[in-house]
Amino acid sequence: MNDLTSLTLTEVIESLKDKKFSLNELNKSYLERIRKLNPKLNAYLAVNDSCQKIPAAIKDVISTKDIITTASSKILANFVPPYDASVIKMLDTQGVGVIGKTNCDEFAMGSSGENSAYGPTKNPWNLNKVPGGSSSGSAAAVAADLCVFALGSDTGGSIRQPASLCGVVGLKPTYGRVSRYGLIAVTSSFDTIGPIIKSVDDAALVLEWISGEDKMDGNCYGKKFVRTPLRWTHNIRIGVPREYFGEGLDPKVKKVIQDAIKKLEELGAEIKEVSLPHSEYALAAYYIINTSEISSNLARFDGIRYGKSRDNFGEEVKRRIMLGTYALSSGYYDEYYVKAAKVRTLIKQDFEKAFEKCDVIVGPVSPTVAWNIGEKINDPLTMYLSDIYTISANLAGIPALSIPCGFVDRLPVGLQVLGKAWDEETILKVGFAYEQVTDWRKDKPKL
Amino acid sequence: MKINVKHVAKLANLPLSQNEEEKYAKQLSKILDYMEKLNQADTLGVEPTFNVSGLSNVTRDDETEASLTNKKGHYVTKGVFNE
Repeated sequence: MNDLTSLTLTEVIESLKDKKFSLNELNKSYLERIRKLNPKLNAYLAVNDSCQKIPAAIKDVISTKDIITTASSKILANFVPPYDASVIKMLDTQGVGVIGKTNCDEFAMGSSGENSAYGPTKNPWNLNKVPGGSSSGSAAAVAADLCVFALGSDTGGSIRQPASLCGVVGLKPTYGRVSRYGLIAVTSSFDTIGPIIKSVDDAALVLEWISGEDKMDGNCYGKKFVRTPLRWTHNIRIGVPREYFGEGLDPKVKKVIQDAIKKLEELGAEIKEVSLPHSEYALAAYYIINTSEISSNLARFDGIRYGKSRDNFGEEVKRRIMLGTYALSSGYYDEYYVKAAKVRTLIKQDFEKAFEKCDVIVGPVSPTVAWNIGEKINDPLTMYLSDIYTISANLAGIPALSIPCGFVDRLPVGLQVLGKAWDEETILKVGFAYEQVTDWRKDKPKL
Repeated sequence: MKINVKHVAKLANLPLSQNEEEKYAKQLSKILDYMEKLNQADTLGVEPTFNVSGLSNVTRDDETEASLTNKKGHYVTKGVFNE
């Protein structure tokens, strides 16, 4: 039963109900495939042979009881969490287990997966290319059918960008929708957990499973997301921000995105041009706040509590701690951190204004398709610029979806659908309708 | 933009090699030059957003929960003082 591993989550649940195969068979098929393909892809850092539930892959920044959780860092090389993250507990009650922990950029800092202390993950579509990051292993594992679905974390695009570069669906929920208890904190005011997955309907289901208030995360105050049939409404208003189609966007990617927007128009959507005038400042504001919070959050790795000293941090982690420490240091706090926080307000207001005219905003996820491994690794600023279209959603705390919408040079392109805070439903509806009339997701990498 | 890498590394409690210090000095000043862009944004009278939830001082009951692996009354951890 080789096809087993290509099924979506909803198809798996259906098939299990109809007794087409057992959970044992399902896990065996996946474990076999992981054994065969993981040496090529390096998507998993740890594999759980004893998984007897619906097998999900979990990014290695999410704590799993008794399963080693390294955040892809040497500093946590032997950290075995004594508890499960809230999302793991919630999945467990739905019959979902952990088949393995996936590779990522160290402490989720990166856009290519290359910052892992355990070697880069390869893009299943082309093994010389990066899979995107920071949830590199999660996206590669879903694209290569090495799990039914995966969880990633999204601080500045770390779910959406690798999903886009690997040709799968990725959902970043509204800030506060999903508990981060047990997620190793990077930037507490941006961090979210969400699914990387094979279909939009699957994403809605997993969001329902993992969302809802949790006393263990003081910022998780939202209501549980309730999955309803994703019906398309004809008069939906789709905003296209002119700032997302300017300089820096690869012309071939632009063409694919414009075709996708045309498709949505054919479905009956009303397409409107909108403006997000402060977009040009988003990247600078993002990296000031991101690194500031990192320098504070990573102070807990003090060489005592987790056993290993701070020289075990990798290059990018140290670089961000340095930048953040500088931005927060006496004399610079107002100039950098507070200024960035004010710009954050402007970006949030940009979205609020734009959403008066439209129900969702669409655009590219990434300015380019997957690039060569090693291409940007020595130029941090160029690497940061690859997050240009995803970071704004984290600054504003709004939900965003990445769905496959075509290929450029045999590499996947993702369409980003951004929504109002707490309105995942509408972005999922748009994604679902688009998915129904296109067959991109049926394309699979040849491995 | 000049950045005193030695001083910042001390504040951050990061042991850096000579090589790293030189590398970071170059890279960080290039990144900070880019951050200068922020100064072009007009933020007069704009309140900062530190967190979109707007919540502060959220508390919960302090209850005992699972902790480090407990074997025969000892907590099992990797050696701390032997490195």
